Amino acid sequence: MKKKVFLDKKAIDRTLTRITHEILEKNEGCDNLCLIGIRTRGVYLAKRIQDKIKSIEKKELPLGILDITMYRDDIFKLKTPAVKKTDISFDINNKIVILIDDVMHTGRTTRAAIDALMDLGRPQKIQLGVLVDRGNRELPIHPDYAGVLYNVDTDEEVLVRLKEIDGKDEVIIMSA
Amino acid sequence: MNWVKKDLLGIKGLTKEEILFILETAESFKEISLREIKKVPTLRGKTIITLFYEPSTRTRTSFEIAAKRLSADTINISASTSSYVKGETLKDTAKNLESMRPDVIIIRHSMPGAPHMLAGMIDSSVVNGGDGSHEHPTQALLDLYTIKEKKGRLDGLKIVIIGDIIHSRVARSNIFALRHFNVDIVCSGPPTMMPPNLEELGVRVEYDMNKAVEDADVIMMLRIQKERGGTSYIPSIREYSTLYGLKASHIERAKKDVIIMHPGPINRGVEITDEVADGPYSVILDQVENGVAVRMGILYLLTGSAS
Repeated sequence: MKKKVFLDKKAIDRTLTRITHEILEKNEGCDNLCLIGIRTRGVYLAKRIQDKIKSIEKKELPLGILDITMYRDDIFKLKTPAVKKTDISFDINNKIVILIDDVMHTGRTTRAAIDALMDLGRPQKIQLGVLVDRGNRELPIHPDYAGVLYNVDTDEEVLVRLKEIDGKDEVIIMSA
Repeated sequence: MNWVKKDLLGIKGLTKEEILFILETAESFKEISLREIKKVPTLRGKTIITLFYEPSTRTRTSFEIAAKRLSADTINISASTSSYVKGETLKDTAKNLESMRPDVIIIRHSMPGAPHMLAGMIDSSVVNGGDGSHEHPTQALLDLYTIKEKKGRLDGLKIVIIGDIIHSRVARSNIFALRHFNVDIVCSGPPTMMPPNLEELGVRVEYDMNKAVEDADVIMMLRIQKERGGTSYIPSIREYSTLYGLKASHIERAKKDVIIMHPGPINRGVEITDEVADGPYSVILDQVENGVAVRMGILYLLTGSAS
């Protein structure tokens, strides 16, 4: 396996700063916004965006955690994936939900996340932000905020590693 | 960890890791019952049958609600309205149900081992919803879940189980589950209702209820199993109630934050007074609430491992 560092710590931080500004620009501030991170790494990215918005707008947005396992379309094709807790302690009705994930690929995770949110309420809007968009969509879903684009070859894999759980910030491309 | 078992037949066959994995999975499902829309699509297209040869309110309803909140289709069969009354054997009933391709069959039966027999005959997952005086694994799991939720831990607790131990599948399953942890389990009740060699299961026996409840963290009350002849083991209900009914005076002897549990149905004024059953230490209704989450977790794990 060959390993190539695609984004380092600084590049990840700059990318998140840009996404943060795009969120604020598109929504003309942060009124009525809330952040929801998709487990596992989306949660840490959402937390970092929350911190950045706080330092820019002096306002702390509500932050929720979404586990999409119960909504997967391939749930029983896998070997009983562990279900983790969803923790959204605020009302999402009529809010603009900014959904955050680390990597966007087929779009199936996002589909599951949208269905999960709809069961929790009726948000005014749902927008999607991802750190890496690796292409190869299987559903008509696209991110509103994409950090970097990388068209992945069939023998390649994108891995996002974050210091909160992996000990280090980097996006790496693994190839056979 | 990965769940690999097809069936849930008893606590006895489970490892500590499997028990903790079920409790952890249940925790993720608990929140669903607090939502406005209490439904997730996880088990869409799965069929779950409850086959109950003994009466039940809680367990059957709890399983049905758990299955429905996971979007599974449920069918309930009770002995009195089934072909059992026409003389059909359990084996034939099972084979016929199997032909309709259910994913899970939950069975309650007065014969110990009935779920085990069923599990060996069919490809569907089988859950033991109580087999005679043998085991009631989902009750023990929801009890552990409730203790863990209220106490924040299982290790280091003194847990007292009082009543008709000899006929109690709830006591047996709880003991099998709790002994994986560093707990002090004390059983109390009339000597006639204590199985011989109970200590071999790793519990202490204390016939004096006043002594048994001293410094208890958890008191688990059991009813007299009239359907298994429980009343013939004691001179009278009145004497039983005097010696082994839980009253406010017992609570004073226990730890200040003791919790009172009961698997239901309760016989008010026999094994527990109204004052205690409805009092601030009682978590009896929390047990029922947690039962749905625990059963959702179990159905999820079993359906996943079978396919």
